[in-house]
Amino acid sequence: MLDDLYREIVLDHYKSPKNRGTIENPDIRATGMNPLCGDELELTVLLDGDTIREIKFDGHGCSISQASASMLTQEVKAKRLKEAEDLVNLVRGMFKGEVEVDVDELGDLEALQGIRQFPVRIKCATLAWNALQVGIDGHRNGEADTGSTTEETVFTEQNV
Amino acid sequence: MAGKAATRQLKTDGVTATSPVDGKRLDAAAIRRDFPVLDQTVHGKPLVYLDNAATSQKPASVIDTLVRYYESYNSNVHRGIHTLSVEATERYEEARLKIAAFIGAGSGQEIVFTKNSTEAINLVAHAWARKFLKRGDEIIVTETEHHSNIVPWQQAALHTGATFRYLPLRDHAAQFDLEGLRSLITDRTKLVAITHMSNVLGTITPVDDVARIAHDAGALLLVDGSQAVPHMPVDVTALDVDFFAFTGHKMLGPTGIGVLYGRADLLDKMDPFLTGGDMISTVTMERSTWNALPYKFEAGTPNIAQAIGLGAAVDYLETLGMESVRAHERELTQYAIEQLNAVDDLTLYGPDDASIKGGVLSFNIGDIHPHDLGQVLDSEGIAIRAGHHCAQPLMAALGVGSTARASLYIYNVEEEIDSLVTAIHKARKFFDGDA
Repeated sequence: MLDDLYREIVLDHYKSPKNRGTIENPDIRATGMNPLCGDELELTVLLDGDTIREIKFDGHGCSISQASASMLTQEVKAKRLKEAEDLVNLVRGMFKGEVEVDVDELGDLEALQGIRQFPVRIKCATLAWNALQVGIDGHRNGEADTGSTTEETVFTEQNV
Repeated sequence: MAGKAATRQLKTDGVTATSPVDGKRLDAAAIRRDFPVLDQTVHGKPLVYLDNAATSQKPASVIDTLVRYYESYNSNVHRGIHTLSVEATERYEEARLKIAAFIGAGSGQEIVFTKNSTEAINLVAHAWARKFLKRGDEIIVTETEHHSNIVPWQQAALHTGATFRYLPLRDHAAQFDLEGLRSLITDRTKLVAITHMSNVLGTITPVDDVARIAHDAGALLLVDGSQAVPHMPVDVTALDVDFFAFTGHKMLGPTGIGVLYGRADLLDKMDPFLTGGDMISTVTMERSTWNALPYKFEAGTPNIAQAIGLGAAVDYLETLGMESVRAHERELTQYAIEQLNAVDDLTLYGPDDASIKGGVLSFNIGDIHPHDLGQVLDSEGIAIRAGHHCAQPLMAALGVGSTARASLYIYNVEEEIDSLVTAIHKARKFFDGDA
């Protein structure tokens, strides 16, 4: 059961995260916070027109939130904002078990599919993705620094 | 075995000369049989329940009391002339008196039923603070408080213009900072609000000393006893506190029932908190007058079964004896401190001495996030808490986002501490690779 959550590829991203750090003078900066666990995550994005040229994440959190953020930066780089948003919706739906997805489309993200069996951990996985969406929304509204998004504190009973 | 700690003479927690071999030693194995929930496996492993600071489990006697109420005499209190209502009222009031005696209150008038500690503290923050505090007055709390003993006072300060001050964490709360309190308190301080035992660090406050300091400065003292009443003898009269809040569900009782102890003369001067049914004496369309204590503060139909259930929990604890409860937990806590401190890369917060620490063990291991640790422990059937424990200012003062927390009670045994340590090693291996 534990191995469904902590797949090897998830632990790899946690131990050796991709694109960790902060971009100076970014076009988009968004912070996601999860008040329940005290986790905090910052995304900074450099755009080329409406294409994501560079994206980095920083902050602290559990292995799931860190691995998910690492995968996010890997997957949305070189995507146009609209494409990134489509992926945000797809991935959030996958985490919540609301949509069936084509595994081949997902790359490393496929390894996070097991999260749906762990309802209390879904918010860890969605943190970075929600932050990116808030960041993109803020960018469209013409703000460089979009402030923060606060995750809902969701309590869901876990099946034992 | 860590028997030494249990035989030590203690002043701090009010227990003196308790010997584990005086015939009152707890038989945790026998106690476990009284708790139906403990007899189960989780993920195929025997349940090891170490989340008692969040909520305790309930003995069969408490569960049966709830069932008996609903099956035999379910009725509203203080209203009916019929037999069932009379019995419900008698049992409800009997619970109040048991609780008064259990914490050394002068009378049942000083025991107000609330839904939990948070509501009890809010009652004082509204009915006392908003009436009596004014601009320039000061409220003092500590940085180690649970949010329930911070936020109501911040709000009361905002509403009254009083100043909200706090005693900063010192030496990672290796012990309560009496000296710091002495230099912080002034003649403008009207209230000191502190926890009796930190829900994160386990640090036990020398409440009698704090009461002297507060009263010498002309301030009142409110104590959040949520973590103390379940685990040690408490006598509010001997401790000389003015208000004392605690909750039922952490002391073997049901959820939805808490208690505010308040000195009768103070409660008398306060206005009602919530208004409506049961708390009135007379109502006309022009004005209303208030019921006597403690009913002035119990508006509406109360949590009847829960109050009676809390009475049954008090019966259970009294049968064990609170000195024996404390001695058992002190011994187990010292054992846990030693076992956890022996784990490489583990940081244990709070005192390392169980004579001034309750059975609350907060820790972090290397870079492993507490939620990840909690997940691995859960897969081993071990229930702990991971997070900020409703104490974000304390987390900030400790320089961490969150901690893992194992918390003990009467039914926990040394073997469960061993299981915890084994599972911690497993988690390290899992996240650190070949560690």
